[in-house]
Amino acid sequence: MSPLLEVAELGLSFGGIRALNRVSFTANKGEITAVIGPNGAGKTSLFNSISGFYKPSSGQVIFDGNDISKLPAHKRAGLGLARTFQNVALFRGMSVLDNIKLGGHGRLKSNALSAMWYIGAARAEEMGLRREIEREVIDFLEIDHIRNLSVAGLPYGLQKRVELARALAMQPKLLMLDEPVAGMNREETEDMARFILDIQEERGITVLLIEHDMGMVMDISSKVVVLNFGEVIARGTPDEVRAHPEVIRAYLGGNAAKAAA
Amino acid sequence: MRIGDYRQSYAHDEAIWATPTARAWLAALLLVLLLFPFTANGYIVGLACVLGINIIAAAGLNIMTGYTGLISLGHAAYMGVGCYTAAWLAQRGIPFYLTLPAAGLMSALLGLVVGIPSLRIKGLYLAVATLAMQFILIFVFREWESVTGGVRGVTVPDASLFGFELDNDYRMYYVILPCAALLLLAARNLFRTRVGRAFIAIRDRDISAEVLGIDLFHYKLLSFAIGSFYAGVAGALLGYFYRAMTPEYFTLGLSVFYLAAIIVGGLGSMLGTIFGAVFMTLVPEVLRAGVSFVAQWAPRATEILSPIREIVFGALIVGFLIFEPHGLNEAWRRVRRFFHLWPFRA
Amino acid sequence: MSAGFDWTALAEFALIGLFSGGLMALIALGFVLIYKGTGVINFAMGEFMMLGAYFFYTANVMWNLAVLPALLLTLAAVALVAALIERSILRPLSGQPVIAVLMATIGLGSALHGVVDAVWGGKNYEMPQLLPRKPFILGDILIPGQVVWSFVLAALIIAGFTLYFRYSRTGIAMRAAASDPVTAYVLGIDVRRTQRLTWMFAGIVGAVAGIVVGAMTSLSPALGGAALGVLAVIILGGLDSIAGAIVAGLIIGVIESLTAGYLGGKVRDIVPYVTVLAILMIRPYGLFGTRQIERL
Repeated sequence: MSPLLEVAELGLSFGGIRALNRVSFTANKGEITAVIGPNGAGKTSLFNSISGFYKPSSGQVIFDGNDISKLPAHKRAGLGLARTFQNVALFRGMSVLDNIKLGGHGRLKSNALSAMWYIGAARAEEMGLRREIEREVIDFLEIDHIRNLSVAGLPYGLQKRVELARALAMQPKLLMLDEPVAGMNREETEDMARFILDIQEERGITVLLIEHDMGMVMDISSKVVVLNFGEVIARGTPDEVRAHPEVIRAYLGGNAAKAAA
Repeated sequence: MRIGDYRQSYAHDEAIWATPTARAWLAALLLVLLLFPFTANGYIVGLACVLGINIIAAAGLNIMTGYTGLISLGHAAYMGVGCYTAAWLAQRGIPFYLTLPAAGLMSALLGLVVGIPSLRIKGLYLAVATLAMQFILIFVFREWESVTGGVRGVTVPDASLFGFELDNDYRMYYVILPCAALLLLAARNLFRTRVGRAFIAIRDRDISAEVLGIDLFHYKLLSFAIGSFYAGVAGALLGYFYRAMTPEYFTLGLSVFYLAAIIVGGLGSMLGTIFGAVFMTLVPEVLRAGVSFVAQWAPRATEILSPIREIVFGALIVGFLIFEPHGLNEAWRRVRRFFHLWPFRA
Repeated sequence: MSAGFDWTALAEFALIGLFSGGLMALIALGFVLIYKGTGVINFAMGEFMMLGAYFFYTANVMWNLAVLPALLLTLAAVALVAALIERSILRPLSGQPVIAVLMATIGLGSALHGVVDAVWGGKNYEMPQLLPRKPFILGDILIPGQVVWSFVLAALIIAGFTLYFRYSRTGIAMRAAASDPVTAYVLGIDVRRTQRLTWMFAGIVGAVAGIVVGAMTSLSPALGGAALGVLAVIILGGLDSIAGAIVAGLIIGVIESLTAGYLGGKVRDIVPYVTVLAILMIRPYGLFGTRQIERL
């Protein structure tokens, strides 16, 4: 199993607060890796560092063999890195279809002039993108009935699915999902879990996800990394992590850890 | 009621005028636009010319401010740049079809100057930067006498195209009409492609845009450049139309005029651009007519036409912002929805 | 070539600039109050100044009231107008995006300007002399009396507001509401009242500044034109910092005076705008402003 993403000794500080301290782990190609931990553990800060929004004070992020630690955020998308956000970050002024098409932005080529002329290169490109998105994303995620609606009026669960669709339209190698089932009921959670599994199995996309829903995490992940107070306190298979005393202590407190030991 | 509207290809689905009714209306409109000068008096045709110029300028501003979210309080100054560039070139014998794009390019270049800080500043700060540019450019217009003629202004030689001298409003109309139509269509096309989508993404949530691989700096600069290009072309056409220009035309008041136009019409909509430009072009005319009507009983009324215009102006802006923030475009969409569903209700 | 550098001229320009900066700091205070209190840049500030000057003229010259009653009447009237504006325009727009509120204040300014122009006409009026004209002489340096007294007045008003915000209950409540309206609500502070008070205070500050400017120059609808130049001051000082407004006001005052002295009067008009552009390119949040952080 080769690592697609390797985070090595990553450190991040905001003034006096150490958000991440010597965090190291790998996400293997074609597998689902979960990052869990109590609130405030630094999970989203970790994602933001991998995305390139935060500049870590130490350590490296290595993606597909390349050190991307110094690469600006918008260049990382071109390497195959896609992500969703904890608070759904869709573009509210656009329709579902346009939002998803933005996933394909990096793979299109038209510039302002060809765009304004439209007939010819730009139109061909747009039609190609539309066909591809309809076939591979909209059909797959079962959102064809809402494709022309504005995202602003959609229910929360559908918005999350549209955000996933947009990330998929990037044809990524690594898909980073920040709390993909937060706020969903059981049925929606199962649907989303099924989609994520399909994405991993059928398309071979590596998935890195942050989640609080332990049931889902333990069911679909091959590997789990546990953060607490910005440090990795455990890593391994779901079963290994579930029984790990440090993890139990972090979630349930000292007495429960003692009881489990 | 809209029935039987089936789209059987993606190209059909993505077309601007997708239904036979829409295409019929478009054809009718084009016919009217082409033919009405033959029956209208000179004043109306002149007004139509100004309307066409206003549409071009408002389209440029809507691209920058309505679609990309970059507030520009200096749009009038860029029109001035275009106007003076065209005048300077025309006085040296450069033909009309070259001065027009040159004017646009010059404005685009200066637009980039204000675009450069947009990497680090947003919102109000960017607005203040554009405001500063507006005042600085007016100063340049007034003081750089050798190029702009200073406070006295410039005269613009008559344009000529294919041997026709464009020396009256009717002829100018048939030049301005295609310019406006083409530029409007080009602007609309932008938003059928990745470039336009990137602009909207920057406006709505630029952090997500970065994650998708959009280089914010590049696209913000592009938005400024395109918007200013349109302003430059509009300014050049203005110069050819009036045949003379002074710096007093391109003031902050004019920038506010175009901002009001896109707010009243609808931010982020090309149809809104048209609505807003038409509305704002007609308001002064309606006011003037109203005031001269009232002047029959109150002769002093004409003295306060200018302040009344300011009051109506300000009231319109505030009124639309409070009661119809998405502009006339939104009102139009409500009407369309009503008729699409009639006799059923929403 | 003259023998030595003219230090006297430099000192004179610098000092005049420093004192003129006081008035600019006062206008800047009006901007900062509204920005800090409600998150809005009030592009109609110049029109508040204009209202103050015209109301005072009406009360003092046209109705023949003595200076003090005229002043109080003016301030009350402007405060009332400001409160009405806050209630009818700003309140419905709260929560709307930046461009909407910004355009609303611009539209408001246009409407106010039109009203003044329509009611009082466009000609120049002569304001009564309110500040002593007697110049201050330091050695070879001559500083016009009005400039110094306007500085003193501005300093007193700014000091008064600073103390008010620091020590009075309402002042502290206003600062709390400005910083975090939701929490302030929960703590029982009437945020709507503090926002209304913020606008009234800003209106009063603007009115006083307008009266002073009118007394020093003349009364015409163009009186408020200088206010937009003060935007340079608040950008330099940081949009939400009163201390920044003071320091920046003095700095910009000096820069303007030096430029006018050495490069001539016409250049003076664009000095604030060139300065703003330069600041925005180099240090956008100003000397003391708080850097805006976005939550991801």
